[in-house]
Amino acid sequence: MHELSLCDDLLSQVIVIAAQHNAQSVESITVKIGVLAGIEPLLLENAFAMIKVGTIAELAEFIMEIAPVIILCQNCGISAESATNHLLCKSCQSPETNLISGDELILASVALSVQTH
Amino acid sequence: MCNTCGCNITPGNHSLVMAEQPKNGVTTVSVLQNLLSHNNHQAEHNRAHFDVSKVLVINLMSSPGSGKTALLEATIKRLRDSLKIAVIEGDLETENDTKRIQAQGVPAYQITTGTACHLDAHLVHTALHHLALENLDLLFIENVGNLVCPASFDLGHHRNVVLLSVTEGDDKPAKYPVMFRSADLMLISKTDLLPHLDDFSLRKAAQNLHNLANVAPVIEFSSKDGEGMDAWIVWLQTEIAAYQALLLNKQTQRPKIQQNNPLLDSKPNKPKFYPVNK
Ligand SMILES: Nc1nc2c(ncn2[C@@H]2O[C@H](COP(=O)(O)OP(=O)(O)OP(=O)(O)O)[C@@H](O)[C@H]2O)c(=O)[nH]1
Ligand SMILES: [Mg+2]
Ligand SMILES: [Zn+2]
Ligand SMILES: [Zn+2]
Ligand SMILES: [Zn+2]
Repeated sequence: MHELSLCDDLLSQVIVIAAQHNAQSVESITVKIGVLAGIEPLLLENAFAMIKVGTIAELAEFIMEIAPVIILCQNCGISAESATNHLLCKSCQSPETNLISGDELILASVALSVQTH
Repeated sequence: MCNTCGCNITPGNHSLVMAEQPKNGVTTVSVLQNLLSHNNHQAEHNRAHFDVSKVLVINLMSSPGSGKTALLEATIKRLRDSLKIAVIEGDLETENDTKRIQAQGVPAYQITTGTACHLDAHLVHTALHHLALENLDLLFIENVGNLVCPASFDLGHHRNVVLLSVTEGDDKPAKYPVMFRSADLMLISKTDLLPHLDDFSLRKAAQNLHNLANVAPVIEFSSKDGEGMDAWIVWLQTEIAAYQALLLNKQTQRPKIQQNNPLLDSKPNKPKFYPVNK
């Protein structure tokens, strides 16, 4: 499982952002994970809990938004939520569909505690 | 070690930062950065290396023991007189696979460090600098046997080939959609064993792939009796020709799922490369 190494990257991104904003601490971190991203949310959460210790994000709340699979049919234009293993258009059965949600793996936002002088 | 990249690989310093007004001392910063951006950036760099050397790179993925190394042995036997081939081996634990490839008389470099579950673009970068890429036509990367992780990591390669051996069951594309969605070609391997199995349906395996909206070709293959070898060789030659044609137009080839990633493509820091002229 590579959730731990992914967390390493996540944490370094967060630390850079916190430094850019002269933050005292990180309040929360929001990540968006598609169900087709190939990541196990629980493992990611556990990995983050381990890795944040002793960093500026030590007390940060870890918020995971799970994104469902939504496909858009190129053939008939219909978009619909789908199961991860059925990505054909439900209306016309076309395989010419685009995933408009479901494979993302994104650091969406970071809430920082910033002291203003 | 590497001087062909004009960009500096620094994850995080290019986040698309949009900060709100602080509320009670808390500022929320929208970031919208792919968690794999570090890997993806390195992958683009690797692809630039491959493209300068005009070598088509194929990432072979499957469960452990589906026949990746056997496929490579048979392929090399067949093609070594007409194409210059090399292999990067992701066998992290033993040297067995690397030795099997070297016994076929082609260069093989073994990646020995890393987590035991997948290869990433950084590991492949180290490996590619150990091979004389400019002498090659075709480079295979045998990924770690695993149907889960390897699909998430762009290595900078051009095509994904996913093997499904008949002993694993025809339902695997439905159970591992992340992996099979990424296939540019599905190879159903060990078809010589089909007479001994009563529940593997080639039709169902192909249907399960199709259900993922993946219209990739399916080739039935056996390293033991040579079934499907001709179709596989034709596929490889067609891919090499298509890739060379893209290069002539200053384009490159990308493996399936790395293609439709709008978030990545819209990133302001889309890497630029300045290949060194040889
Ligand atoms: N019957 C039959 N056996 C095969 C075939 N291809 C491979 N095997 C056998 O399957 C076993 C595993 O084959 P490998 O080629 O080592 O598989 P692999 O995918 O490289 O394995 P890992 O690298 O360990 O993941 C070996 O015992 C092979 O002899 C085939 O086409 N038919
Ligand atoms: Mg092998
Ligand atoms: Zn992994
Ligand atoms: Zn449709
Ligand atoms: Zn390099």
